[in-house]
Amino acid sequence: MATGVERRAPGGAIKAPDQSGQKAALRHRLAERGVDRTLLLLVPGLAAMVALFVYPFLYGLSISFQPQEGVSALANYAEFFRDPFLRGTIGKTFWLAVPATIINVAAAIPIAYRMRGRYRGKRFLTIILVVPMTLGTVLVAEGLLSYLGPNGWLNRSLTAVGLIDDPIRLVHNYWGVLISLIITGFPFAFLLILSYISGIDPTLERAAATLGAGPWDRFRRVTMPLLAPGLAITVCLAFVLAFSVFPSAVLVGEPAGETRVLSIVAYRAAFEEFDYSMASTIAMIMAALELGVIALVLGWRSRLYRGSTSGGKG
Amino acid sequence: MAGGGSFDRLRLEDVTRRFGEARALEGLNLEIKGGEFIALLGPSGCGKSTALNCLAGLLPLTEGSIWLDDGRIDHLPPEQRDFGMVFQSYALFPHLSVRRNVGFGLSMRGVHKDETKRRVEDALGLVQLAEHAEKYPAQLSGGQQQRVAIARAVVLEPRVVLMDEPLSNLDAKLRLEMRTEIRRLHQKLALTTVYVTHDQEEALSLADRIVVLREGRVQQIGTPEDVYTEPVNRYVASFMGYRNLFELEIESGVDGHVTLVGDGLRFEGRNRQSVSSGRAVAAVRPEDFSLQATNENRTDARVEVVEFKGRELDIEAVTGGGGKLHFRTGERLSPGDRITLGVPRGRVLVFAAGDEPTPQGKS
Repeated sequence: MATGVERRAPGGAIKAPDQSGQKAALRHRLAERGVDRTLLLLVPGLAAMVALFVYPFLYGLSISFQPQEGVSALANYAEFFRDPFLRGTIGKTFWLAVPATIINVAAAIPIAYRMRGRYRGKRFLTIILVVPMTLGTVLVAEGLLSYLGPNGWLNRSLTAVGLIDDPIRLVHNYWGVLISLIITGFPFAFLLILSYISGIDPTLERAAATLGAGPWDRFRRVTMPLLAPGLAITVCLAFVLAFSVFPSAVLVGEPAGETRVLSIVAYRAAFEEFDYSMASTIAMIMAALELGVIALVLGWRSRLYRGSTSGGKG
Repeated sequence: MAGGGSFDRLRLEDVTRRFGEARALEGLNLEIKGGEFIALLGPSGCGKSTALNCLAGLLPLTEGSIWLDDGRIDHLPPEQRDFGMVFQSYALFPHLSVRRNVGFGLSMRGVHKDETKRRVEDALGLVQLAEHAEKYPAQLSGGQQQRVAIARAVVLEPRVVLMDEPLSNLDAKLRLEMRTEIRRLHQKLALTTVYVTHDQEEALSLADRIVVLREGRVQQIGTPEDVYTEPVNRYVASFMGYRNLFELEIESGVDGHVTLVGDGLRFEGRNRQSVSSGRAVAAVRPEDFSLQATNENRTDARVEVVEFKGRELDIEAVTGGGGKLHFRTGERLSPGDRITLGVPRGRVLVFAAGDEPTPQGKS
């Protein structure tokens, strides 16, 4: 930043001192606001964003207003909210995504809390907990089918022990998808929360202890408030991940019934009915709902303390 | 706000803490009177912070016990000990205002709102931060943060206040001010205090008694005067400002005085460890050497390095034998000057040369 100014100024100073003086000052002022050549580093990323996200999004938005049937630009949106078959998918998606998010985050907090700090075997434990993330939804779904299916190990062992007479149905319904969302979504929530929690100065809890705070008070009054902003981000990401569920809703769910989520009806509209306009409409509604939830969570976050998580000088 | 008198004796018996094979603290025995100010002094790794954390309950003991009068407390978790602690890094809760930081312990104890408000205000007044009550720690300077940390610990009128190098993150000027502040607070509140530091000056100026530690073992326990004038071994001596340590051969010894020779040097001094033969160490403070008067322990040297210290100069000189010698003088000397120094017999302390000092206590 500064070198740009220095390199430029002496050369110009010989020919036109006044002008170069102004020029250097302007560059300097810009540099102070963060405008300098390093901004060029943003170009590749911005180009990719525009090409892969902004343009497709705007394109999708525009074709969602060009219905195949009907005259009004909003015909698709009207249709979506009129048809209970379509409208109902919103509730079904939330009914999966919200519990999955809550369970994943709620389970990750105590585990990450226990695993904060440094000790032997932490890396190994982390790997174990994170492995499901690397497996991919399809592999997890197949595993679930053979493990939780009517003839799977779980049902066979439960029947053998005599706990149940008929196999419990855990796949090809709501539960299969929820379990799959937990298996694949938990590692994300866990990794994020672990990194947020590890960033909290451990001395603060020690200080709280010497001030008379027991374990629960230390967690509630010190760790939780400092973790909360990170928790909000984790909730957003975990929610978006669960909300856009598609493969497991098809593979271990009941895609025609209780797990007919938004992404499934969008897929059907696009690739079975070839109504790209309607498919785009559904995608836009999905995006709007996700943004709504994120806005809600971030709105809550903005009211929290969001500064440093250390207690002074190190 | 006068606590401290709630017990007579805090006793540490054979307090030992090992980390695997490493012996952080080995058999610390100490009896602290209610209201006393104790400094644990030593370089980093000497076990002083370990001792403090054991006292606070933040670190379980490997062996030994801690007693408050007749109650054993070493098995109690920190939140039940009623000890206040001031951390080196301050450890203020960044999400709470100064007022709520200081009030944290009171609300944990379920103290009534009005009383909490009054006591927090008193404590903030005590550390002169009343007008900053609504600020957050990040908005305060280092010295102010440290004062909040102190207020947060003393507002509870804890039975013992533990301080872990509370001044080491402050600049030199502020450190002096805060030192006075801590001493003033102690005189006012008479809270029993255990203060960990690596700074001998801090320990000498604050403490009623000093515990000098080395590699987890107690070297000496005594009043600042004791430790300063009568160090028990060469290690404590070097920590207490005996910068000149000459390891020489014993020539003779009579009546507690012993004469050492070697490297072209000859020192007669007080025998502090009853050495009788072989090698021993003569310890001399830089300020005890003198260019005038004394005929005792005359030593020739050549000035090498001169450091300006205001009224005096710190001088490093080389003796005939090639060894280094440090002294302090008001005379304006220059490098290359040849000088003859003297030091009274009584100011030369002779210690055993062995690197392993014999641990001994004195209270």
